[in-house]
Amino acid sequence: MSIAPATTGALDRPPSAAGDRRRARKRARWRRRLIVLGFMSPWVVGFGFFVAYPLIATVYFSFTHYDLLEPARWIGTANYEYMFSEDRQIWGAVKNTLWLVAIMVPLKVLFAFGVALMLTRARRGIGFFRAIFYLPALAPPVAATLGFVYLLNPATGPVNAVLGVVGIEGPLWFGDPGWSKPALTLLLLWGVGNTMIIFVAALVDVPRHLYESAALDGAGPLQRLRWVTLPAISPVILFSVVIGTIEALQLFTQAYVAAQIAAGSASSAGDPSNDLGYPEDSTLFYPVLLFQQGFRFFNMGYAAAMAVLMLVVTLAITLVIVRNSRRWVHYAGGGR
Amino acid sequence: MRRIAIALAAALFLAVGAGACGGTDDDDNADKAAGAPAAKADKLEPAEITLWVGFTQRELKVFKDAVKGFEEKNPGVTVKVVGGINDDKIIAASRGGKAPDVAQSFSADNAGAFCSSGAWIDLKSYMERDGISDDIFPPAPRSYTQFEGTRCALPMLADAYGLYYNTEMLEKAGLDGPPKTVSELVDYAKKLTVKNSDGSLKVVGFNPVMGWYSNTPANFGPMFGGKWVDESGKSSLGSDPAWEKLLTWQKKLIDFYGYDKLVKFQAGLGDEFSASNAFEKGKVAMNVDGEWRTAFIADEAPDLPYGTAPVPVDDDKPDLYGGGYTTGNIAGIPKRAEHPEHGWALLKYLTTDDEAMVFLSNGLRNVPTTASSAKSPDLKPDPKFDTFVKIFADPNTTTTPVTAAGSAYQELFNGFVNKWQAGRVDELKAGLQDIDKQIDAQLANAEGQQVP
Repeated sequence: MSIAPATTGALDRPPSAAGDRRRARKRARWRRRLIVLGFMSPWVVGFGFFVAYPLIATVYFSFTHYDLLEPARWIGTANYEYMFSEDRQIWGAVKNTLWLVAIMVPLKVLFAFGVALMLTRARRGIGFFRAIFYLPALAPPVAATLGFVYLLNPATGPVNAVLGVVGIEGPLWFGDPGWSKPALTLLLLWGVGNTMIIFVAALVDVPRHLYESAALDGAGPLQRLRWVTLPAISPVILFSVVIGTIEALQLFTQAYVAAQIAAGSASSAGDPSNDLGYPEDSTLFYPVLLFQQGFRFFNMGYAAAMAVLMLVVTLAITLVIVRNSRRWVHYAGGGR
Repeated sequence: MRRIAIALAAALFLAVGAGACGGTDDDDNADKAAGAPAAKADKLEPAEITLWVGFTQRELKVFKDAVKGFEEKNPGVTVKVVGGINDDKIIAASRGGKAPDVAQSFSADNAGAFCSSGAWIDLKSYMERDGISDDIFPPAPRSYTQFEGTRCALPMLADAYGLYYNTEMLEKAGLDGPPKTVSELVDYAKKLTVKNSDGSLKVVGFNPVMGWYSNTPANFGPMFGGKWVDESGKSSLGSDPAWEKLLTWQKKLIDFYGYDKLVKFQAGLGDEFSASNAFEKGKVAMNVDGEWRTAFIADEAPDLPYGTAPVPVDDDKPDLYGGGYTTGNIAGIPKRAEHPEHGWALLKYLTTDDEAMVFLSNGLRNVPTTASSAKSPDLKPDPKFDTFVKIFADPNTTTTPVTAAGSAYQELFNGFVNKWQAGRVDELKAGLQDIDKQIDAQLANAEGQQVP
């Protein structure tokens, strides 16, 4: 990456017009590159310090024993060996997280799409309803979770009280391993406002004339949805699936808070990790376990190894979705 | 495309450069305080030193008052007491930024990390110089303040666990005195339980669900004499029959109530550390809890008729009676302390001076941690609290082992017990042995060893 050889090499030879032009072009090219780099430098520095360095450091730490207190000690692949041969907690956590990806993500996209569809159909008060449905997305996750744990409290919560009135005995929600993930899903569906807004924007953007010509061709509402709306907004569906998947893979706050509160112990005795995963590790998602290993057990090397695995899996899942999407995503302008 | 490649290369170059600068811990002042202390001076140089404690509000005020005694004895030395500190902050301070001269942690489980890493300095040379032997502490706190021979912490007040029982409810049910064996406990629990007309639970005699309030295997273990590790240091949950017996007993009592009914009942109870605590509200008749509850009850439910006793024990091991589980606060000198000599003087004062210890114990209602202060006539007399002082000193009282991975092994066990009590474990013994294997492997990993 140096221009030195080119210049010194050129000095030995007799100057020629063609050589001069070449040199000038080369210099200009390099100058342009430097200018580009100069303009990019804020980003390059930010990326370097806040993305590339942590990434590389994480990979490095994953091959070490690092307890945050002593300097990291190289232990080769021991963390990965433990991960794949001995640690059974991690596979439970993987299952929990994949549950979210498989069930919560499609539900979230469907729900956001459904609400957006209704919002674009509303004849009056669109702004009002849009704000109402968007508002939950603004609730801080911890506060929202506290609210849901209260609403879904099997003994004192209003949800089970209402269910009781109509003769249904409500489940234990956050107290039952079979219901804790669905309860979290409800919470996340409630806060789906961001995705919904994007869908609303996309739906409004679908060209009217396409609907009109489809209607003229005799297409009913369902057919218009299938053959006009869905293809037109497919890039947004792809976007929300990818973002939703990444969010699901990283779900932490809600699970952390819900488990602590639902377990019913204030965890005062110095160890706030007692109840992580309550009940029965059903909310012990991958990032929660990673946090527990790194910041509760001071096992940062192993936590780093977990983070590397998560990065690889996230990349793989995203790649699969994006590659697969070529078959069903249509970009306006006919590019693809 | 090439431009992007160049930009990426530049970013990578920067990142690697940054990594090379910041990747390793610089230990410039790591050993500043770790060396042998200077000869003991008669008088401490004037200085302002810092003490970090986890206490807040009322308890923090008690602590500040206790420190005044130290300042009076050492004119010119002022102590800044900072409350609300947790272990994350203590760890962060041992890596950079301003470290306190003395740090207190609620979690004895982390002594392993503090001692083995040198985050807190080894106190041996200070103790030898000043002629302080760790014999002044009873065996349990002596053990949870050191790790593999390195004593980097001293116990600063302890918690002991016993049985709280509602005397009025017991009397009404015609029961005399607290239960002493687990079969009596079951008998009492059944008699004291009251159901609503729809079959749901109104008052629970004794709630054995682990994970609820202070119910943990660690607190229940001494009832059956369960040992956490065998002679070789391996996890012994599967090999020590006490655990199997404890869990079988516990599950039987849970089944009497019905697990789902207990979970629902728990969901309707108030927060453990609030005035709506289930025992203080009379929603449970008996409960295993720490000595601090006496102070909470005095504050939040002064009219509650109750008594305290050691936890009931296995019918086949009656001589275990009197013991219980203990753990406690630990305090030490961070390696980056600015005034280690002053820190040591303050630490010594707070952890070994009878007067200071008694003052703290009276104010916080925690168990004093030196044998001599536990017998001090200046301790505020209170028979309900005395129960815990006795439990603390009992030879059958045990604590949980200190490991390099903190309480990780307890978490694994808790996770298993949660499945067990919900009825989702078929083979108890095999399950326990399996947990042993997981714990041993996890510990090996946490110590940076190859997987066995």
